[in-house]
Amino acid sequence: MTVLTTAAVSRRSRHGRVFLGMLAWLAGIVFFLPVAWMFLTSLHSEADAAANPPTVAASLGLDGYRAFFGSGGGTSPWPALINSTTVAVTSTTWVLLLALPAAYALSVRPVRGWRDTLFFFLSTKMLPVVAGLLPVYLFARNTGLLDNVWLMAVLHTSMNLPIAVWMTQSFLADVPVSILEAARVDGARLPVILARILVPVIAPGITATALICCILSWNELLLAQVLTSVTAQTAPVFLTGFITGEGLFLAQLCAASVVVSLPVLAAGLAAQDKLVQGLSLGAVK
Amino acid sequence: MTAPATASAAARTGNPPRGAARRRRKRGPGAWAVRAPLLPALVFVIAVTQLPFVATLVLSLFDWNAFHPGGRRFIGLDNYAAVLGDTAVREAVVTTMVLTASVVATALVLGLALALLLNRRFPGRALVRTMLITPFLLVPVAAALLWKHLLLNPEYGLLNGALTWAARLVGDGIAPQPDWISAAPLIAVGTALVWQWTPFMMLIVLAGLRSRPPDSVEAARMDGASEAQVFRYLTLPHLRPYLELGALLGSVHIVQNFDAVFTITSGSLGTANLPYTVYQIFYQAHEYGQASAAGVLVVLGSLVIAAVALRVVSSLLRGEASRG
Repeated sequence: MTVLTTAAVSRRSRHGRVFLGMLAWLAGIVFFLPVAWMFLTSLHSEADAAANPPTVAASLGLDGYRAFFGSGGGTSPWPALINSTTVAVTSTTWVLLLALPAAYALSVRPVRGWRDTLFFFLSTKMLPVVAGLLPVYLFARNTGLLDNVWLMAVLHTSMNLPIAVWMTQSFLADVPVSILEAARVDGARLPVILARILVPVIAPGITATALICCILSWNELLLAQVLTSVTAQTAPVFLTGFITGEGLFLAQLCAASVVVSLPVLAAGLAAQDKLVQGLSLGAVK
Repeated sequence: MTAPATASAAARTGNPPRGAARRRRKRGPGAWAVRAPLLPALVFVIAVTQLPFVATLVLSLFDWNAFHPGGRRFIGLDNYAAVLGDTAVREAVVTTMVLTASVVATALVLGLALALLLNRRFPGRALVRTMLITPFLLVPVAAALLWKHLLLNPEYGLLNGALTWAARLVGDGIAPQPDWISAAPLIAVGTALVWQWTPFMMLIVLAGLRSRPPDSVEAARMDGASEAQVFRYLTLPHLRPYLELGALLGSVHIVQNFDAVFTITSGSLGTANLPYTVYQIFYQAHEYGQASAAGVLVVLGSLVIAAVALRVVSSLLRGEASRG
């Protein structure tokens, strides 16, 4: 009798498992559908893209991408893409140069009040962008720094620095002290300890930090919208040109969204495992 | 300002790190050598984030419209009175609260459900996980454009296209073709945001589920607890801090959201939230004094959320420290 019940229960739970697995697949497909549709539409002709009802099996081509890259005489997106790359790479480099020593001082050889300092960094992240937007704009206007990629790089550095300090601090805190102590006892000097022991251990964490900072810089719109116009325009600002789209432009819009999102997708999937840790400021592992 | 003060209040409850007690006695020139690596980052952050805020505070006390040059004069708190009396600003406050609360709550519930689904073994789990986080990895402007034009457009959007397709399947092909964004603008903006933020919530809850000690669940099942009981009395209490963290981090971001409102409705049809309204007062009306006062009010609002968020982060870190 007991055996029977167990078998019944296990059969029921097996049905349940299959059902829940299918439910998970269904949810995945529902969430992914808009992205898949965007990709498919980017390969359609403009006429097929605007068809109602939609034409799933329409012929595929790269016309949308050609139109996006400016063959139709529109503005070329290359300057914006190059600006975004410059700002993302430069600001991330500066972020790491500033964050790594700070994180070292906050975890490996913690200074007094390290926790207060850490939380101070975090609190600046919670300060809304609009809190300082106007003074920054006036400063840039009066010093001739409006529409300048380097100003954007400085601002994105300050935007990402708190996250980077928190992330690198949490990675450094995971390094066992005993390794460092042992190396010190063996007579290794500080630069050697840093280069040979610390850096290899935290390298994956630093890579993830860099990728997340690049993503956040690449995505940023409000600062770029206010502070850049033509020469320093970033990719999200370029995309805002599609907000009031008239006529046939869906395939081009989808091609643009795919191209601009591709670096973020690649970086995000590469940093997948550390994504939560970074975005929850190291509070969740 | 108040932000650092709240931060240290939350931080003071934390435990000192390893070795801190030992080094606390260290004084003199050595202390500065230890502190030196910290200074560049600290100075940079203060210069780029705190000084502009101080400037905003000062500007908020002046009557200054860029269209009337030379008319810059000190008027005390009049800007605050003007901003608080402005119906557009008051509506923006309500819009921001409604948008933030509904998006965060919906994304959190969906994220919890998806995390529970993903936390069990089934074929293709890794692929489903990747599919679910993809929306979070689109550039926010691109995601908003996708909803505005590709999905919700009344003439060629996928949603109305699917309605036509379904109508042709069952009959005459005459389907209702609502203009979704005009009919429900705030819901349109909110849906796009829920779509992007649910994966974030799911990732946080998944991390929480993974940190759950498996033995207690096993023991409860052995004692005959049902799945519902395990969820109610074991899983949910364990997940509580993670859900709180997700809610607060989500709130911090969605209160500040600019991209979706700017892209999908350009702040029209009653969707203008506070960041968009401040942007408008400053960028379009050029009322610098009033924009600053509104900015200060946004900061005050965010501080309430931030203070709670910092406390939750602090308690999660302490929990981890006591475990390890």
